[in-house]
Amino acid sequence: MSKRYEMRFAGSGGQGVILASVIIAEAAVIAGLNTVQSQAYGPEARGGVSKAETVLSCDKIWYSKVTRPNFLLALTQASLDTYTRELAEGAVVMMDDGLNCPADLDPARVISVPILQTAKEKVGKAFTANIVAVGAINRALRLFSDKDLMEGVKRHIPAGTEEINQKALAEGAALISDAQAEAFAQTIG
Amino acid sequence: MPSDLIHQYMRIDHLPQIWCPGCGNGVIMRDVAVAIDELIQDEENDFDRDDFVIVSGIGCSSRAAGYLDFNSIHTTHGRAIAFATGIKMANPKLNVIVLTGDGDCSAIGGNHLIHAARRNLGLTVICFNNDIYGMTGGQYSPTTPNGDKATTAPYGNVDRPFDIANLATGAGASFSARGDVFHARETTEIIKKAILHKGFSLVDVYSVCPTYYGRKNKKGDAVEMLKWQRDNLIPTARYYSMSEELRAGKKLIGILSYNDYPEYTEEYAKVIAAASNKAKK
Amino acid sequence: MSKAVLMQGNEAAVEGAIAAGMRFFAGYPITPSTEIAEQSALRLPQMGGKFIQMEDEISSIAAVLGASVAGMKAMTATSGPGFSLMQENIGYGVMAEIPCVIIDVQRCGPSTGLATSPSQGDYMQAKWGTHGDHPVIALSPSSVLETYTLIIRAFNLSEKYRTPVIFLMDEIVGHMREGVELPNPNDLIINRRKMSFHDGANKECYYVPEGKYVPAMKPFGQGERYNITGLAHDVSGFPVNSNEIADKLVTRLLDKVEKNVDNIVRVEEYLMDDAETAIVCFGGTARAAMDAVNAARAQGRKVGLFRPITVWPFPEKKLLARLPQLKNILMVEHNHGQMLLEVQRVTRCEKPVHFLGRVDGTVISPDDILAKLNEMEDTNHAE
Repeated sequence: MSKRYEMRFAGSGGQGVILASVIIAEAAVIAGLNTVQSQAYGPEARGGVSKAETVLSCDKIWYSKVTRPNFLLALTQASLDTYTRELAEGAVVMMDDGLNCPADLDPARVISVPILQTAKEKVGKAFTANIVAVGAINRALRLFSDKDLMEGVKRHIPAGTEEINQKALAEGAALISDAQAEAFAQTIG
Repeated sequence: MPSDLIHQYMRIDHLPQIWCPGCGNGVIMRDVAVAIDELIQDEENDFDRDDFVIVSGIGCSSRAAGYLDFNSIHTTHGRAIAFATGIKMANPKLNVIVLTGDGDCSAIGGNHLIHAARRNLGLTVICFNNDIYGMTGGQYSPTTPNGDKATTAPYGNVDRPFDIANLATGAGASFSARGDVFHARETTEIIKKAILHKGFSLVDVYSVCPTYYGRKNKKGDAVEMLKWQRDNLIPTARYYSMSEELRAGKKLIGILSYNDYPEYTEEYAKVIAAASNKAKK
Repeated sequence: MSKAVLMQGNEAAVEGAIAAGMRFFAGYPITPSTEIAEQSALRLPQMGGKFIQMEDEISSIAAVLGASVAGMKAMTATSGPGFSLMQENIGYGVMAEIPCVIIDVQRCGPSTGLATSPSQGDYMQAKWGTHGDHPVIALSPSSVLETYTLIIRAFNLSEKYRTPVIFLMDEIVGHMREGVELPNPNDLIINRRKMSFHDGANKECYYVPEGKYVPAMKPFGQGERYNITGLAHDVSGFPVNSNEIADKLVTRLLDKVEKNVDNIVRVEEYLMDDAETAIVCFGGTARAAMDAVNAARAQGRKVGLFRPITVWPFPEKKLLARLPQLKNILMVEHNHGQMLLEVQRVTRCEKPVHFLGRVDGTVISPDDILAKLNEMEDTNHAE
């Protein structure tokens, strides 16, 4: 990855999209990549649309904000509809499969997977949806080694919750087929 | 001996003080100096003079900090208790005494007063309460009685006044007391107890301002105003021996409330102990 | 595995301050500075230090000054509304010469404004917020790592010159996370201020020998009794009604910073050697300017970045030194033109000074700056 890769994580307050964005950035630091992470805070982040951003690059990153996301994670219809409008050309969108895919998105660039359902039913805790998403993102985009990603997760979860988070990562990764992983890893360059 | 006291605890170079003839503030400042002196003399206390810090705000009373020969800091209007909070937190072994006035302490600084009382931080607050803003020439304060006149209440004050000692009690002060200028010996003893008290202590000391408050409200000269204190402010023992009827319109001089709530810096020391242990793990 | 860790700007401010020896923090919650209070509450007691959440920002700065007087390196953090409340006591710290650090993580104003949006609208307030003529040292970081190293410098300057130092952050840097490898702080820190009066002082706490500007004094409780006041005072710290002494005092306070300006001022100059256009930009905004400079260079245009790190006093001499080589200047800041006034004053507008600012809460992007550079070029051609 030589050029700037912009990622946006959107959902509603409480879904943990900020933490998902932070964990991707932490894993990037561990892997020796340059990264800048930021988010909408405060009143903006209460209810409604919540968003966080991570920029990755092999080069020094100056401008910290995402303007044309190469990747979008959307966990609510509102966030999907809002941020679809600003995507870069060829951007990949990961959405929860309970949402309606906007008509103007190229289906070949959309990963629609049951993130919320997997967290609730397979992992057994709805609040692990963000970690499930991180597992799915990493499997689809092949950003980091499993070890670096888990280390990134560990630095941001309470002690004693490693096992359930490990499971959430694995269940997330399992949502992505080999064919999908093959196809989307090439979108990073 | 008063003259010894002056040489020992006052900054002679900076006297005479700025207060008007008949002002009660000098008496209260003397009470504070005597209280500290007696506490230092008493070997049981192990008090070092350099462990005393006098903190004041702005107003007539707050000039006292500069006259008393201790570590002294004359801060901004209303903020003496907040400055004192930092001093006490930084070095809890210091005896931090705040000298303030009714306006400084209960108007502009009222928020800091109630929160220091609530925290039970080990400060001693001595309020020189003369019912008026003297430094600026006689405007009504939060303790000016309803109906009284001031330059900013030319038709009589429509505000209802605070009773500062009761205010402190209501805010959770673990030691709240009232003193006055006339009963100097009793007030000195109360101040000693307040300084010895581990938690937050407040002594609301009724001063007299014949120049601005007295003259405007036809209260007579300083002697007349002190006579009023003699007849209407009653030390504890006598107060409780009086019938309800006789007590009407009179106020108690003494300790109004007392509790041994945990002191703030001691509680924070426990936080440090807990946090350092956790950090080591 | 890399040794770097992901750290937020606000968090780096606390870690840097603790490395510099900060052991007292008093503050009041306010977006976007709150993480600084939270991190201080967590970290200070681990170091034997103290944290207190005060009833407002006025008492926060007062407690900080009190703790400093009693011998602790002390800090507070706030944002615009709280910074406004602190102004009177900042002036007290200047007048009474009490070291401390005040962080202002700027947000959009005026008033409650846009609480979570980035701004640099407190630039002028940092200089002129408290009443009366007074010196100000203000520093502004552009990255998480620089937040760490620069706040250590803020404490050093505060101790050295015995004056409050304003650490002017913005929401961009405060809330941003970057991977950082923290340097060894021991290389960066100066010790606590001198613990005794200057030689020749007759127990006069504000005595300053000829040719020096900064008094030396022990903290309270260490065996010297003296008086501190915000009134005009003489060398012994007592109020005086002398016009001559008041003049001498205020002049010395101003000289403290003015005569040492070359030691206080720091600037980053990026690709300025052959630059014909200088983008002047500070704090988090400079990150967009950096990308814009690189993009403009890629198009073969001679653009450089002049980034004041010390924002007060303004780096006057350094900008003037660049003036002869420049065709024009572009000031970029998240306000309606505040540092712009300094640039115009210093350069006397001998070269055209253009401006790109914003107050709507959105962030100026590299593309915005490039567009402005294009517009400037078109103007030149038109001339």
